[in-house]
Amino acid sequence: MDTVNIVIDGVDIETGADKTILEAALDHGIYIPHLCYHKDLDPVGICRLCMVEIDGRRLDVSCKTPVREGMRVRTETEEITKIRRVAVELLLANHPTDCLSCSGNTKCELQRIASYIGIDDRRMKSLRRKTVTLPIDTSNPYFDYDPNRCVLCGICVRTCADVVGVSNFDFAYRGYDSLISTFMGKPMIESRCVSCGECVARCPVGALRPKAVPQPAREVRTVCPYCGVGCGIWLGVRGETVIASRGDPDNVVNKGRLCVKGRFGHEFINHPDRLTAPLIKKNGNFEKASWDEALDLVAARFAKCKPDEFAALSSAKCTNEDNYIVQKFTRAVMGTNTVDHCARLCHAPSVAGLAQSFGSGAMTNSIGEIRNADCIFAIGTNTTSAHPVIAYEVKEAVRRGAVLIVANPRRIDLCEYAQIVLHHVPGTDVALLMAMMKVIVDEDLQDDRFIEKRCENFEAFFESLERFDLEFAQKTTGVPKELICEAARSYATRKPGMLLYAMGITQHTHGTDNVLATSNIALLTGNVGLPSTGVNPLRGQNNVQGACDLGALPNVYPGYQKVDRPQIHTKFEEAWGTKLSDKPGITHTEIFDAIHDKTVKVLYEVGENPALSEANANHVYAALEKLDFFVVQDIFLTETARYADVVLPAASFAEKDGTFTNTERRVQRVRKAINPVGDSKPDWLITCLIAKRMKKHGFDFDNPSQIMEEIASLTPSYGGITYKRLDDRGLQWPCPNTDSEGTPMLHSEFFATVTGKGKFMPLQYKPSYELPDEEYPLILTTERSLYHFHTATMTRKGGLEVLRKCELVEMNPKDAGTLGLKNGETVRVVSRRGEVNATLLVTDISPVGVVSMTFHFAESPTNVLTSDAIDPVAKIPETKVCAVRVERP
Amino acid sequence: MASFSQGGGVLKKRSKTEGTRLKVGLGACGIAAGAMNVFEEARKTVEENDLPIRVERTGCIGMCHHEPLVEIEEKDGGRILLGEMTPEKIAPIIAQYMENGHIDPDNIVAGTDYITENDPFFSKQYRIVLSNCGTINPESIDEYRETGGYEGLARAIREIDPDEIIREVLDSGLRGRGGAGFPTGLKWKFTKQAAGSPKYVVCNADEGDPGAFMDRSTLEGDPHSVIEGMTIAAYAIGASDGYIYVRAEYPLAVSRLKTAIRQANEAGLLGEHILESDFSFDIRIKEGAGAFVCGEETALLASIEGERGLPRLRPPFPATKGLWGKPTNINNVETYASVSRIIQNGASWYSGFGTEKSKGTKVFALAGKIRKGGLIEVPMGITLKEIIYDIGGGIKEGKRFKAVQMGGPSGGCIPESLLDTTIDYDSVTKTGAIMGSGGMVVMDEETCMVEVARFFLEFTQNESCGKCTFCRIGTKRMLEILERITNGLGREDDIERLETLAQSVKSGSLCGLGQTAPNPVLTTLRYFRDEYEAHIKEKRCPAKQCRGLISYRILPEECVGCGVCLKNCPVDAIRGEKKQVHEIDPKKCIKCGICLDSCRFGAVEVR
Repeated sequence: MDTVNIVIDGVDIETGADKTILEAALDHGIYIPHLCYHKDLDPVGICRLCMVEIDGRRLDVSCKTPVREGMRVRTETEEITKIRRVAVELLLANHPTDCLSCSGNTKCELQRIASYIGIDDRRMKSLRRKTVTLPIDTSNPYFDYDPNRCVLCGICVRTCADVVGVSNFDFAYRGYDSLISTFMGKPMIESRCVSCGECVARCPVGALRPKAVPQPAREVRTVCPYCGVGCGIWLGVRGETVIASRGDPDNVVNKGRLCVKGRFGHEFINHPDRLTAPLIKKNGNFEKASWDEALDLVAARFAKCKPDEFAALSSAKCTNEDNYIVQKFTRAVMGTNTVDHCARLCHAPSVAGLAQSFGSGAMTNSIGEIRNADCIFAIGTNTTSAHPVIAYEVKEAVRRGAVLIVANPRRIDLCEYAQIVLHHVPGTDVALLMAMMKVIVDEDLQDDRFIEKRCENFEAFFESLERFDLEFAQKTTGVPKELICEAARSYATRKPGMLLYAMGITQHTHGTDNVLATSNIALLTGNVGLPSTGVNPLRGQNNVQGACDLGALPNVYPGYQKVDRPQIHTKFEEAWGTKLSDKPGITHTEIFDAIHDKTVKVLYEVGENPALSEANANHVYAALEKLDFFVVQDIFLTETARYADVVLPAASFAEKDGTFTNTERRVQRVRKAINPVGDSKPDWLITCLIAKRMKKHGFDFDNPSQIMEEIASLTPSYGGITYKRLDDRGLQWPCPNTDSEGTPMLHSEFFATVTGKGKFMPLQYKPSYELPDEEYPLILTTERSLYHFHTATMTRKGGLEVLRKCELVEMNPKDAGTLGLKNGETVRVVSRRGEVNATLLVTDISPVGVVSMTFHFAESPTNVLTSDAIDPVAKIPETKVCAVRVERP
Repeated sequence: MASFSQGGGVLKKRSKTEGTRLKVGLGACGIAAGAMNVFEEARKTVEENDLPIRVERTGCIGMCHHEPLVEIEEKDGGRILLGEMTPEKIAPIIAQYMENGHIDPDNIVAGTDYITENDPFFSKQYRIVLSNCGTINPESIDEYRETGGYEGLARAIREIDPDEIIREVLDSGLRGRGGAGFPTGLKWKFTKQAAGSPKYVVCNADEGDPGAFMDRSTLEGDPHSVIEGMTIAAYAIGASDGYIYVRAEYPLAVSRLKTAIRQANEAGLLGEHILESDFSFDIRIKEGAGAFVCGEETALLASIEGERGLPRLRPPFPATKGLWGKPTNINNVETYASVSRIIQNGASWYSGFGTEKSKGTKVFALAGKIRKGGLIEVPMGITLKEIIYDIGGGIKEGKRFKAVQMGGPSGGCIPESLLDTTIDYDSVTKTGAIMGSGGMVVMDEETCMVEVARFFLEFTQNESCGKCTFCRIGTKRMLEILERITNGLGREDDIERLETLAQSVKSGSLCGLGQTAPNPVLTTLRYFRDEYEAHIKEKRCPAKQCRGLISYRILPEECVGCGVCLKNCPVDAIRGEKKQVHEIDPKKCIKCGICLDSCRFGAVEVR
């Protein structure tokens, strides 16, 4: 990078040519008072405190003035001091002086400036004004806004607009009456605020302040336990309690930013409902038991179980090490490959589909590349709710001029930022994408060179395009032809183009086809293997990528090594020193059928809650009651755990060491912040203890680091990963050896397929399994709330519950009108499989003919309604489309 | 009669006529004075009697002190201006004029064949920007074109290379008429050279200074001249879209602009392929919601973008990064109107007016305690004295001149001793005032200069966007001090405190609003410091205006006990029997001055 030499206060400084004077000074330890500057934000120069004298002539604000070769800067002259003093005195004259009881104390920039300038007590007294006391907004469960302490630096305004993209605040009123306000001065809780707390984290005084003020005694650097983004956090600990969480500014994934769950959703860790002792069900009731008693019972029952009668469900919330141990236990101790986890319900088609077309089923590119894309095509992802920090990046790209195409049946938040919005009928993704591809080919916008050099099977694919003319596409998807064309042209010409998708693509009976359609369009336009391109499935849970990587799947060992391939089978038999089955196990969805059939009789369930998360939940409830023996290992007594015979209390992410692999394949260290709550234990340790009670070898680990050593030795893509290397930063797989720095971008030269080429896949349009009819006239699609996570076991433990209290059935005003239903009333939603009551929310976010619900709320278990028709390849149930009717209960 | 032509065009005889015409000055000012009724009555009279005279509307004629104004354009091109017209007066005047060509001289305020006391009002003016204002029908594109309108644009598009246009504007010496006086041609050049497309042309018609009405009158009286100027600018810099940011409080200007834009579009002078060339340009109107700060160019652009009107730090200047981050040329109404004439008549013609560094003419809104207030246009280089005494006819009611306020809340007060100051950017700036957009408020001996400073500070404080510290809080503190002083509670060190604050606000503020807000205080402190001191030290308001410092008293030797003051006092503060000396109760008195105004015997005294 170019550098320039400047002189600040006589000190020679070499600095980047793109820096401002203030940045150069601060980088070199020279303090210039400032209030409205923040390193993450564009400078605005409104506090007027950072004035400097440039080249002995003009005064200018240093925050906004770029450095220039040979520039001479003085940070202090008589005139500057005078101006600064006046500015600070003006600010202090009506600012509260109760610094000791202010939450901004010690980190307050105004305090720092006042002490730097030096404030004369007598003069202060003469300046003091009787201040008008404005009401403090305490409506948000996590933070307060006290306008009386506000210095109008506008950092919150810029943060909300430019970092989060919400623009909840702005300056209001004029002159001396100016203040920072939400739209129409609404209380925070009723405003557009998403409670991410980014403004609170940046407020330089005590105006936006967290409700919980205690300072942590120590902080531990770890990774957020919620979605797959994998934000770096510092957990604040006081005594034995986690009291705070803040974004890790040095983490490349989130660069210090967080969403509401990451910043405030740590309340579950020390919640009184945590399981603190093993429970054994006796005469239908749980009784506390000792570990010895519980482990003996489990070991004895497991030992009696035949391989085919056993199934394990591992957890995308647990660490890589936990998952490795569960799958190893299942295979090496129980002798079966029937281990699966909830990736089956979210991204199994990504793994299956992208493995076919690209040879590797994960995000091809990295989160940090999003902001540099010229086109972002977000299909089937409500990024703002499900992957908030990735949504920040998408909005940043738009801010930088990228064109955003959103394809989603619902008018999700991202639509507001998009230039092209395609509201297609749920389940018509193949028709939409193939029609776009036909436009691209018809208009000769495809990347011929890329197709010729790097791809195969184009002809077969090309033939299959014929059926997807615009008339058909418009009729099938409900998207106007012109919009389909516009989207196709933008994606094909505005390069680099990055395609993002989530469960809107995968959770269908044709989920694998949907995924293949996304890989087709990326191949067709040459949007693979280059920075800011690719096909990027956004993984839902913190470690769903890792759980897949580590072989918590019935057909593969860690690193996607197939169980039925002889040399792999031999390799693991040798490594683990035991006979292993070479027959793939059955999947998550099939396990419940097998329980009904009485083929599977014993279930070992680690950190999952299928009673709420599995499609057609009534089928699951019935299955769970049929089990001979059911062990649940979790941090709370979940809806599923209530069916268990033995419940083993597990330690949460804050209480154990390990690693998570985020959606961009980045393996990051999870660090123990506090001791396990009560008598709970880390999952890996519990599983190892069971194995040892069953007198099995290969489970003598003292710590997770040793487990990672074994993982690295058996998993090629994790070959170079050690805890030592992960100390400072994460590593993105493939990382085959300790010389490798990881791989931020896949397929840059060769695809991971057998031929090394990207494979086009011919596709046909297949309608969803269950379409609306007279009896069930509406489509039910499932979604996520920003404020809750999955089955909400972790998020319904405090303030998040205030931000979103209950299940809502979102319905278009037209449908509500036809049905005579009113906003806010309780309605009954009925499908062929069951019925659920919830509150009606009439909103045009939902299109006509479609209602949507989350599955966060146990009292309204949405999955009672959903269809368990599955994708024939990936075995994922179609939770995005089923037919329902809505009525007054 | 000779006096009318000396000024270079005001009330010249028309060379080409189409019979007798009667034009009613229907600017917002005329309408407010009742001109619409005059217009309707005139039309009715002519229609009912089927008279061979055309009744037409025109813009502001300029002589505010004689509104409503009516002009009779005679068959031979002679022109007669009738003042203080009423519907009652107009019908008989028309009847008599049509019968025998005679008009009662009492009704004539000026005319090409008459000598009146208003002649100096015109003779010292030179109307370039206002040449059509008050003479043509602003709602007729044909009348605009008859005066040579759109010829400049046609010449530009057909004959001149865009770079040459910029050179011509540079050569004309035109400087931005919004107040800062930046060379217009240079601004165009920067915008043209800036990378990025599309480029925008924006007209700042957010006239907000108290007492200013130049831009409103121009837009109401000659909207096409602004549209033509903008279109020439767009052609020169390569812009395809234009915005006129005009106050919503100017509904008549907005409606006349809309009409003019529609007409220009229909005539192929705006829109796609202007004059059948490859050049296309559209103008949209954005109505401002009345925030003074939106007259600041970066705040104005933010407002067009739909954001709150908050100034942005410059650089980057709009020329490089303006509307939606694209290169944007922004000039005010008068600048664009001047451009039309410059391209029509040539740079050397224009630069023939004015001084070495300030070329051309300047429009002013002359108001305050002046006898002949109005809309005037003078060549640069004229002195303040000429404007106030020759054009304006001196101070009302024979009172003594005290100061003239130029440049609105950003400007300053110029005292009597500096009345020989010439009107040009540099000379005016030297006084501590600024040229500004053209507001000129004259004050007499009864104006309290501390109160003037307080008034303007209150205005800027109310209008400060609140973004930067100095403008938000600094001006508030200054206002508090001024309020204290005018209430008689001034402290010894208040002047020093004011000066410190004023200097800091001036050098510390982010945008022009804050940087210039202290000017009224600084100039009054500079020229009228004794008034401040009298308020603070002697607790006395020399102009007898500050209520906190004055008291009313009835002089027993003058009072005849008529009871008029007693009857009119709104708070019953006056006691006294009929035919006995009356008395004011100082505790009840609110110092409204009604007794003073109502007493016919000069018995009320202010101290």
